[in-house]
Amino acid sequence: MITISHVNKWYGPTFQALKDCTTHVGKGEVVVVCGPSGSGKSTLIKCVNALEPIQGGEIIINGTKVNDPKTDLPKLRSHVGMVFQHFELFPHLKIIDNLCLAQEKVLGRKRSEAMERARVLLERVGLKSQAQKFPGQLSGGQQQRVAIARALAMDPIAMLFDEPTSALDPEMINEVLDVMVQLAHEGMTMMVVTHEMGFARKVADRVIFMDQGEIVEDANKDDFFGKPRSDRAQQFLSKILSH
Amino acid sequence: MFANFDTHVITNNLSYLFLDGMRFTLILTALSTVTGVFLGTLLTLMRLGRWKVLAAFSAGYVNFVRSLPLVLVIFWFFFLVPWIAMWMTGGSRPIPVGAFMSAFITFTLFEAAYFAEIVRAGIQSIPKGQPSAGYALGLRYWQVMGYIVLPQAFRNVLPVLLTQIIALFQDTTLVYVLSATDFLGAADKIAKRDFRQFELYIFVAVVYFLISFAASYAVKRLQKRVAIIH
Repeated sequence: MITISHVNKWYGPTFQALKDCTTHVGKGEVVVVCGPSGSGKSTLIKCVNALEPIQGGEIIINGTKVNDPKTDLPKLRSHVGMVFQHFELFPHLKIIDNLCLAQEKVLGRKRSEAMERARVLLERVGLKSQAQKFPGQLSGGQQQRVAIARALAMDPIAMLFDEPTSALDPEMINEVLDVMVQLAHEGMTMMVVTHEMGFARKVADRVIFMDQGEIVEDANKDDFFGKPRSDRAQQFLSKILSH
Repeated sequence: MFANFDTHVITNNLSYLFLDGMRFTLILTALSTVTGVFLGTLLTLMRLGRWKVLAAFSAGYVNFVRSLPLVLVIFWFFFLVPWIAMWMTGGSRPIPVGAFMSAFITFTLFEAAYFAEIVRAGIQSIPKGQPSAGYALGLRYWQVMGYIVLPQAFRNVLPVLLTQIIALFQDTTLVYVLSATDFLGAADKIAKRDFRQFELYIFVAVVYFLISFAASYAVKRLQKRVAIIH
């Protein structure tokens, strides 16, 4: 579904953010990307739907090359859902309109059709009663669930999550993770940048560990948690799991 | 001093003052605002866009216009626009365009530079994640601007924008250099005809004050109503 091969990315002429990154996410697979801050994991996931350009290598989603100038990026992105660390709901639009905007403007759905889809998804994330509110009136956890529903409204073939729980208060993390777990069980293809190792243990098929722009470890979940091969991954795990 | 204040010179000429003068002023203000904000937004999108040449042109234009006195530009354009019109239509003599058209073009071009700076501040106040979220949903550049960035940007700078429009409303009095009949011009003509400068200038000042003051008050009310809940 998502193939990332030999991707290189620089910020400016000197700082290399991604170094020869190669991996893939199969259909229906859940891949968790973890690593210390500054390791390039968020950058990698932003490159997948070309929110950040890459300077070398290639990324292919469902047969379409992302970093090809001829690719219709907006069309490609409309099939790939993305959830951001800071939710990025549109604060000037009601919740229902946050869910309908792209359905109508990108997919060309009728208002009634978009509303229907939005209601179903809001119900699914447990926020049906909030449809007429503005994002600023919701808690962080609620906003992030709306953001997931907004992405799902486009009927994506895959979902990208960029640290979806990092900006949340601790008591709100689980309500978001529950929605993500449910999605994973339904067979959604997911690439998730997160520090939530509990989530990784529960639903991940594979875990990718990054450090200093490199993919250091790319292993099945059980291998990763059981016996990580690299020292750096071992150290990271011991720090993150010890409390 | 106010003992021989003649109110009749005002009440007898209300229709000329308002239906001719104030109408000219309000239409000029409204039209210049619409086209000025539109052009200013375009200048800002050029300035923040990818193309270096357009960005440089926009920055140059804004800085150039903002360093000129408005009254000079009004004067200058009044004499220049006929020549431009001649050149554009390929005619053999300058085509007079009239005080209103000339003033309208001047205010549009001049105010666009100020509006551009206001809109730019508004756009730059929007976190980068907002357009990213729009693009991630498959929206295109103009959709991201039109549905996500600009609606928020305009709300954020609405008070400054409306204050600038009030300033524009006051600045339209400068068309007196073209002898145009705006509100001040109309009053001035009556004043000179009837030798009643004192009454009319007081009246003009009061009217400008009341309209501007009411508008400022309305701005504050409106600002609360459209504010984004964060």
